[in-house]
Amino acid sequence: MSELPPRLAEIVGEFQEVDRTERLDLLFEYAGDLPALPARFEGQELERVHECQTPLFVQTEVEDGDVVRLYFAAPDEAPTSKGFAGIIYAGLDGCTIDEILATPSDFAQAMGLNEVISPLRMRSVGAILARVKRQLMERAAA
Amino acid sequence: MSLSADSAPKLQAYAHPERLVTTDWLAEHLDDENLVVIESNEDVLLYRTGHIPGAHHVDWHLDLNDDVMRDYVSSEAFAAMCSARGITRDSTVVVYGDNFNWWAAYALWVFSLFGHPDVRLLDGGRAKWAAEGRPMTTDAPTVTPSQYPVVPRDDSTIRAFKEDVLQHIGNGPLVDVRSPGEFSGELLHMPDYPQEGVQRGGHVPTAQSVPWKRAANEDGSFKSADELRGIYEGELGMAPSDDVVTYCRIGERSSHTWFVLTYLLGFEHVRNYDGSWVEWGNAVRVPIEKPA
Repeated sequence: MSELPPRLAEIVGEFQEVDRTERLDLLFEYAGDLPALPARFEGQELERVHECQTPLFVQTEVEDGDVVRLYFAAPDEAPTSKGFAGIIYAGLDGCTIDEILATPSDFAQAMGLNEVISPLRMRSVGAILARVKRQLMERAAA
Repeated sequence: MSLSADSAPKLQAYAHPERLVTTDWLAEHLDDENLVVIESNEDVLLYRTGHIPGAHHVDWHLDLNDDVMRDYVSSEAFAAMCSARGITRDSTVVVYGDNFNWWAAYALWVFSLFGHPDVRLLDGGRAKWAAEGRPMTTDAPTVTPSQYPVVPRDDSTIRAFKEDVLQHIGNGPLVDVRSPGEFSGELLHMPDYPQEGVQRGGHVPTAQSVPWKRAANEDGSFKSADELRGIYEGELGMAPSDDVVTYCRIGERSSHTWFVLTYLLGFEHVRNYDGSWVEWGNAVRVPIEKPA
């Protein structure tokens, strides 16, 4: 695996250290820690992550040339998708464009979540990251 | 001792009204000693955001499926799971969940594999309970662990395997409860879900398409007995004495239809093919029907 941004690497390590039930507890904590979508996005159409079983929307912004800001919207009744978004937010918000583009889309494989979350659900982690990367590449190409 | 059945008028028209309870009944009986309420969801974290007071969580992935083999848990593991939740063989178990009770019906079906005598579904599931503004809590339920007996799992009565389905083609009704796009083979998965994981699309030859959701009202509750009879007996021409097999993608949506046919309409021989399309669409040299 190519190198993960330091904060994301720490999170992956956190999940590796705990047992199966605690992994779900952790995921739920990340769901709770995901900041609410700033009010200025209200009324805007955000990109929906269709690969998630429950509604999840993602928006990227770039500050100071290459610092990426991540924004997510997910209902509280969709804690699993929200937890995935929470991990990506905690691990990648504030990283540079290059760091995010270099993050392997299958980084979550190493977290042991596939033992506790169905394969169908797990695919959405990679899908969220893939959409983040695509938004960044489109911005670079524009 | 089992609790008395819910006497709500709507339920009395079903073949087995004792297998269903209304939100009113549950609210009234929440504190009854012999009742154990179980929540089982597609979103395995949803229970943690709040649940019916006293309800225990059953995670379909961790608690009902074996973690190595693609199969259900062993008799010992099932007994341990029940004991940890204070369930005895005499408990009245009421199951509810998200997504129109898909996984609740699945959990109920697994409890039935182990022959649990009294297991019921909450009509309308989690959504109806919440929509009615009834109490939810994040407090963990208090529990006195019980000694649930180790009982054999009966895989022959309500469960069908691939070989059974092969034998069944041409010999009895097969009900495909997936969405129309999955039935036709145009989609390999539910609409809007990733289209991966299954090699081939289509349906089991002779299967008839009745998406599971046709059995449900918008609030998650079941349609009336008359409406259900109109669909499964009227449109499909099935009779309660028929030997029926239901399937979907991994067996959860078809548990919902299995419940409808078995307990609401009184069909006597309904089996759920839990291998479903994920097995059939990946199996070598099984027949598949797909419109040209």
